[in-house]
Amino acid sequence: MKQLQLLPIGNVDDGLLKDLRPAVEETFQVSCKVLPVRLDPEFAYHGERQQYHSSEILHRMQSFLTEDSWRLLGIAAVDLYIPILTFVFGEAQMGGPCALVSTHRLRQELYGLPADPNLFGQRVIKEAVHELGHTVSLTHCDDYRCAMASSHAVEWIDLKESTLCTTCRTAVTPVKQVLSGRFF
Amino acid sequence: MSTLGKLLIVDDELTVRDSLGKWFREEGYDVTTLENAGDALTQLATQRWDVALVDIKMHGTDGIELQRRMHEIDPELLVIIMTGYASVETAVAALKNGAYDYVTKPLDPDEIAHLVKNALAHRRTTQENVLLRETVAEVARPEDMVGQSGPMRKVFEAVETVGPTDATVLITGESGTGKELVARAIHQASVRRFHPLVAIHCGALTETLLESELFGHEKGAFTGAQFRKKGKFEIAEGGTIFLDEIGDISLKTQTDLLRVLQEREITRVGGNQTIKVDFRCIAATNKDLEKLIEEGKFRPDLFYRLNVFRIELPALRERRDDIPALVNHFVRKFSLAMNKRITRVAPAAMNQLQEQPWAGNVRELENAVERAMVVGQEPELKEQDFIFKSQVASNGSSKTLEDMERAYILRVVEECGGNQSHAAEMLDIDRVTLYHKLKKYGWTRTPVETR
Repeated sequence: MKQLQLLPIGNVDDGLLKDLRPAVEETFQVSCKVLPVRLDPEFAYHGERQQYHSSEILHRMQSFLTEDSWRLLGIAAVDLYIPILTFVFGEAQMGGPCALVSTHRLRQELYGLPADPNLFGQRVIKEAVHELGHTVSLTHCDDYRCAMASSHAVEWIDLKESTLCTTCRTAVTPVKQVLSGRFF
Repeated sequence: MSTLGKLLIVDDELTVRDSLGKWFREEGYDVTTLENAGDALTQLATQRWDVALVDIKMHGTDGIELQRRMHEIDPELLVIIMTGYASVETAVAALKNGAYDYVTKPLDPDEIAHLVKNALAHRRTTQENVLLRETVAEVARPEDMVGQSGPMRKVFEAVETVGPTDATVLITGESGTGKELVARAIHQASVRRFHPLVAIHCGALTETLLESELFGHEKGAFTGAQFRKKGKFEIAEGGTIFLDEIGDISLKTQTDLLRVLQEREITRVGGNQTIKVDFRCIAATNKDLEKLIEEGKFRPDLFYRLNVFRIELPALRERRDDIPALVNHFVRKFSLAMNKRITRVAPAAMNQLQEQPWAGNVRELENAVERAMVVGQEPELKEQDFIFKSQVASNGSSKTLEDMERAYILRVVEECGGNQSHAAEMLDIDRVTLYHKLKKYGWTRTPVETR
């Protein structure tokens, strides 16, 4: 049975991954498992930018795919970038098996505000659903409440919900066909 | 699936092309990535994009040059320049060349997302605006020029032929034949119609003033020039300059004008910097320029520059068949302006109008109708509302102001059926004054023949 697998990247809190599981399981109607391994992201570190190259991590994640993988979602605590942009909240292979989310910029503390674990957890779920949405070929959604809405700042993430709108949900229906084994 | 818009990314770095292309695709754009200017220009010959993101530093042709050449192919393409570092020079160079904006690498995701979104909204608004203006232009055009006669049909054909070209036009014809109207029609029919038509009446200005008007002047160029002033050629940038009464300009100004027409650049009076100008020139005159050349008063080289395409406007006496249409056009125009419900002209009056010499051409006819509209009564203009040449000539006594006043007052009193109170009201004078005037004219209650 194919699964959605969560891969901890660097120093990620286990509790966070556990909280994330039921949310993504419900949205994508697929069982979710946290992999018992951890990927060290240091190979993707850029000294000058003091950030980690998202695409390189995504590429390295391929080696963690198994026969049981439906999708592999990496959860990183480090700050991610792609060369042309100052940062990214996450990256995904459009219609592919791997996606990646960074929790670094989702914390209130980064913006000089008191820590808010509940809000932080919500943001992680929304970004996880968002990046996984790209792996099932969803592009950004015009509905600002949909998890697939484009968001380049935490304020926009907070505006949206952790679920997909009806249109995006309908588009994800073929996932069941994927689960039957036709994806790979 | 519909996309938010078509984006072109030109950058010689593969990582930039891949990452930015992927990022914008996820955003919902239809993205094409190309690695150099040559490919971009080749593809632009057959394809169109809404927005292009162009790297400033590339092997071979750089982003600034690429932007300039892209605009030659597609002037509506919105180009955003991506620079490696923020510098005023590159930003100014990019924006001066017509770039929509510039961004500094690495790009802030929120900033670039908004910038592209705004660029697309700007493009759509511009396209809608052009469509609206075209619609308005279509509706507004036929009203301006009136006439169905053979000579006028030739004029319309000429306007239609030369309008869409960028050729210089010389319009000749007697005073009052509508040369400026034809210039406006040519401008309207041209691709420059959304840019200004700047008219200058050369004959009305002294040589010094005309130079300053045409070419502008720098601060302190002459006494009273307290500020720098742009000339008409600069104001007409992208549009049309209409030089009326070109036969009245001095030989010195003719020389300066010739240089502008040849070089397409001007120097402001008192300045030494040349300024490139883009304009179409339409000139007009009621003078015989060939004769002026023979007399040494007009430069032949300037004449040949102006006389690329010539339109000769007929005098009104050469197209009398158009007079009823013109009169009706002016009646409609002034009834709206004066808020009077005069809708027609009595046949006898129209016959008379067609027989007048009209030495002042359409302008004189328009003035005659305007005057008649002031004095005329609803719903029809009658013979007596006009002052006809034959009438003035045949009545030798109606030459002084007093004679004119007498004739007019008696006519108004007659129209009011001898009611002096009503007539005084119409004439806007008090009743006693009217009584004294009528007494002086020997008026009795018997209807008076005024003509």
